[in-house]
Amino acid sequence: MKKAKIYPAPFSKNRRRDKKCDKGCGVYFDYAATTPLDAKVLKRMMPYLKDKYGNPSSLHQFGREASEAIDEARERVAKFLGCKPTEIIFTGSASESDNLAIRGLVKSLRRTKRAGERMHIITSSIEHKAVIETCKDLEKEGVRVTYLPVGPDGLINLDDLEAEITPETDLVSIMYANNEMGAIQPIKKIGQLIAKSNKFEEHLTYFHTDAVQAANWLNCDVKELDVDLLTLSAHKIYGPKGVGVLYAKEGTPIHALITGGDQEWKLRAGTENVAGIVGMGEAIEQIKNQNSKIKIIQKLRDKLVADVLIRVERSKLNGPDNPEDKLPNIANFSFEGVEGEALVLSLDQEGIAVSTGSACTSQVLLPSHVLMAMGLSDLEAHSSLRISFGKYTTAKEIDYFLKVLPQVVERLRKISGR
Amino acid sequence: MYSKKVMEHFTHPKFFGKIENPDIIGKAGNPRCGDLLTLYLKIDKKTKKIKDIKFKTLGCAAAIAASDMICQLVKGKALRQALNISFQDVSNELGVLPPLKIHCAQLVTEALRDAINNYK
Repeated sequence: MKKAKIYPAPFSKNRRRDKKCDKGCGVYFDYAATTPLDAKVLKRMMPYLKDKYGNPSSLHQFGREASEAIDEARERVAKFLGCKPTEIIFTGSASESDNLAIRGLVKSLRRTKRAGERMHIITSSIEHKAVIETCKDLEKEGVRVTYLPVGPDGLINLDDLEAEITPETDLVSIMYANNEMGAIQPIKKIGQLIAKSNKFEEHLTYFHTDAVQAANWLNCDVKELDVDLLTLSAHKIYGPKGVGVLYAKEGTPIHALITGGDQEWKLRAGTENVAGIVGMGEAIEQIKNQNSKIKIIQKLRDKLVADVLIRVERSKLNGPDNPEDKLPNIANFSFEGVEGEALVLSLDQEGIAVSTGSACTSQVLLPSHVLMAMGLSDLEAHSSLRISFGKYTTAKEIDYFLKVLPQVVERLRKISGR
Repeated sequence: MYSKKVMEHFTHPKFFGKIENPDIIGKAGNPRCGDLLTLYLKIDKKTKKIKDIKFKTLGCAAAIAASDMICQLVKGKALRQALNISFQDVSNELGVLPPLKIHCAQLVTEALRDAINNYK
């Protein structure tokens, strides 16, 4: 078999050269999975991993040093979201934040319900699993959940949402931007719609959005978006792993899921991840300086999309057509006649890191719920490839990818005979 | 996730392709799970041995490696012997597949059985 010719791959910036990697490696196109740690963020974190080890709950100087660092990070996050520092809760991950928002609200509201009164949540069929699986779990506890469908563009229909909001609806949870194909939901309009319906109702409907993928690119001002709850993750914005944020508007009824201490306004017990939280504060500060980068990344992405569709026959772009409806850094393709996992592994052998929505990455053998909800066929979903760019992506890396991809697809098509 | 052997058969499969005028064809898989495979066999009429075998597989790395492995295992064997090859044999020869990928080994043995059942 003729093997794809190997080109020396350019190294991603911010990545150390690995001696074992003789093929040229380190083209990282998986920023939607996680991002590298920004050097400035690490620098800021270091003292709290070494000398400044105090427990923020302690009264002495060691403790104060740590708690002051957390206060500062909290202020930075609050400034980014346009809210009060007291409305910020640091958690251990965005999944935990989603759980705290949804389960925490259900837990709190349930105590106010009369016997026989059911709870109702509206979400979408393309949410992150942290939201979908949490809702499914709550269904087992008697909560009614409505999963809104999406169109082929991955967007929910506002009329559908309006029709589903009843006087019993407690929560609407819709993600800001999707992680698989980058579709941006009209959060501001949803916020207005809910605010409007709340005006005439005694029973309030709360609004949560998972803004993990959006934070780098979109306006996250909670007042402008009109949200009550919002989730962020540090490691998707060049911060450390293990830190999530939940914004909870003052007065939003949520109960702690992890109890045992007074940390985080008694909403999340456990000694704070001080270095991680400091890193989150710095990472969010860095986003501000990124506006000029957005256009550059979008240009790179558009070039990649155009070239892939030309160079690889029988390829298709998934997701919204309108550039305003999608994140600037994500492209999701389907390549007829190849399977996603085989494609990801083959590209990995050439030093390129990407993702797939194929079933082979999951415990169940069904392809991505997101792609299926968008109406892709089984085979299209199994042949999907997600490329996600970030602030360190270069044109050189894209050129390399464009050289390798057609050969890899061709090889797998020869094996599949399709 | 995968053993070296799986990766070797996935990156350098020896038996992929199509046989012109095969004596028998075996198929397995469905679009829902994303794996579709076809085996093409040439049978020696006298000895009932598998003279040649090739595969075409749309599927993950494990499915491609398992397809290649079953071809390697049965080539030259009598049909009766080939029927005795189990999915465990395929998996073991590949240096054990991850638990989630065992169905790939099952799929290729299914395709082989389908082919042999088609032999008249």
